[in-house]
Amino acid sequence: MAEPQGGRSLVVDAVTHRYPSGALAVENINLDIKGGEIIALLGPSGCGKTTLLRIIAGFIAQTQGRIIIGDDIVDTLPPNRRAVGIVFQNYALFPHLSISENVAYGLAARGIDRATRQRESQRLLELVQLPTMAERLPRQLSGGQQQRVALARALAIKPSILLLDEPFAALDKNLRLDMQIEVKRLQRVSGITTLIVTHDQEEALSMADRVAVLSQGKLEQFGTPSDVYDRPQTLFVNTFVGSSNRMPGVVVSADRTAAKIRLDAGAEIIARPATGTLTEGGRVTVCIRPEHLQFVGDETGFAGVVGMSLPLGATVVHEVTTADGSGVKISQARIGETRALESGAAVRLAPLAPSLANAFPATL
Amino acid sequence: MGTAPASRDVTSYGMGLAAPLALFFLFFFVAPLVQLFWLSLHNDTAGLHWGLGQYIHFLTDPFSLSVLGSTLLLGAEVTAVCLVLGFPIAWLYQRVGPRLQTIIILIVLLPLLTSVVVRTFAWIVILGRQGIINATLQSLGIIDTPLKLLYTQFGVVIALAQVQMPLMILPLITALGRIDSNLDDASCSLGAGSWRTFFRVVLPLSLPGVIAGCTLTYAAAITAFITQSLVGGGQMLFMPMYLYQQASTLQNWPFASAISIIFLLAVLAVVSVFTTLGRLSRGYGGA
Ligand SMILES: Nc1ncnc2c1ncn2[C@@H]1O[C@H](COP(=O)(O)OP(=O)(O)O)[C@@H](O)[C@H]1O
Ligand SMILES: [Mg+2]
Repeated sequence: MAEPQGGRSLVVDAVTHRYPSGALAVENINLDIKGGEIIALLGPSGCGKTTLLRIIAGFIAQTQGRIIIGDDIVDTLPPNRRAVGIVFQNYALFPHLSISENVAYGLAARGIDRATRQRESQRLLELVQLPTMAERLPRQLSGGQQQRVALARALAIKPSILLLDEPFAALDKNLRLDMQIEVKRLQRVSGITTLIVTHDQEEALSMADRVAVLSQGKLEQFGTPSDVYDRPQTLFVNTFVGSSNRMPGVVVSADRTAAKIRLDAGAEIIARPATGTLTEGGRVTVCIRPEHLQFVGDETGFAGVVGMSLPLGATVVHEVTTADGSGVKISQARIGETRALESGAAVRLAPLAPSLANAFPATL
Repeated sequence: MGTAPASRDVTSYGMGLAAPLALFFLFFFVAPLVQLFWLSLHNDTAGLHWGLGQYIHFLTDPFSLSVLGSTLLLGAEVTAVCLVLGFPIAWLYQRVGPRLQTIIILIVLLPLLTSVVVRTFAWIVILGRQGIINATLQSLGIIDTPLKLLYTQFGVVIALAQVQMPLMILPLITALGRIDSNLDDASCSLGAGSWRTFFRVVLPLSLPGVIAGCTLTYAAAITAFITQSLVGGGQMLFMPMYLYQQASTLQNWPFASAISIIFLLAVLAVVSVFTTLGRLSRGYGGA
């Protein structure tokens, strides 16, 4: 087993990057990552995740800001002197070298003797559970196996930071879960500070100690998975992480912890002001997750008409059209034989609890 | 990742489509070759007496052997110069923007767009006693008497290298373009400097292109009759000119035929060494 390497801390300090083409890919990003943490960089395609990763690795010199690893500002160090391990999305194994040569590549570059190299690469191949593949070529391995080799190769140099760029995107669903567990296990064993880039929110929430959500080059929120999921700070985070119904409305009254909001759909509800106090009379967007809505029998809540019902295994999702014509989704746990809602049935909906509806000032 | 078997299957159908070309080759390549071989098996110029005399003559004649040797050596030198000068250009091509790429391709292809005679005379103008190089060096006071550049091995190698350069660079550009750029980055992040990355990753993965380029350049350089004769002048004799003298000037057709057969076999031997190396290195190509 790998000895814990006591990962070093990583600070991304006000980093901005503009490509020569003029594209502003990353804008004033601040991240303070503790040694040994596993962080997910989450955002839609094109939001600047790869750019930030390549800046940390040293392949791109950022336009502004600093990268600090441990106690060192590494901005002037080339990639081969940063001791940052990378696993590329396409694995980027050297196709002409055997698996053990691939794993030992970084050790050879450090001038380590052949015997030690061989011992190390065998130890790492055992760590990623591929001890018998040493003499094969990369193309003789499956995608999941290649990924394990890529991991072993990155870990071989005992990096202070491990970066993974969309590592599981090319794997099918079952294999993806296996590899997520595998990476998490290796990270626990080695204690390496790890940054995983992903556009898959489930992956980010399940694997990371903290999640950094990016949108259009800006950091939207940096917090624990439950912070990001339960207490989103921006409308973007609320809708990108998990699914969410967006309902427009007007603030009736508000203080720091609660706001009464009149929904356009026709009901007054209590919601949590996500970004501080809301101004009375201002327009807001209220986000309520499908699983946080319930059918109510009385006159509370807002009225709607059931459109379609989708049984999705453990839950059933109903599509409801509200009085103002917008669509709302509500998901219910499937307990026994759930009462089938007929299309066209009139229902009333309300949030399960005030803290589960988030109100954001409407952007113009 | 592309797999080899899929592309191999292409040869299993449509052979009939190759028939016109096959006929063309049969009439204009195989038939004359057979005739040449038949002619070379005669001991006298009139072609009346059968025998291996022409071959024995060539293989026991030091002069003939030295012509063959210097021709094969010339090919090796030209190939080496093209490889050493061409590789950086192909490498550069893969790392610059689209506009510079167009310019590089244009410069590389330019020799192919002008007549070989014109290009060769241009080299005579450049390399001659009163040529551009000597005039420049003399006016700068670097040399007193003109250097002998024209009609030397050096002159022939340089002129041939320029003429054959596209044959080296184009396969190299293709091979380098097929290398995943992440491999460079991977090597670098694992701690390798640029030289190690070049020798351990870029060069091995570009070997198929190197071998294709060398084969083409070599074959073209040793058979380049016009450039060899004009830049080499009377002092240097290479196989194509030797052959021409025997056939045209001395009317010794059987001996000329034997020379061509021997030259052909020598070239085939060298090319098959290249292709064997190519086949061995193809294992790398699956990137
Ligand atoms: N080499 C480049 N030159 C110019 N613009 C680029 C380059 N690479 C990425 N971009 C732009 O920067 C933005 C962020 O890209 P990227 O970091 O690759 O996003 P992600 O990895 O999140 O999908 C995109 O708008 C993209 O078009
Ligand atoms: Mg990306």
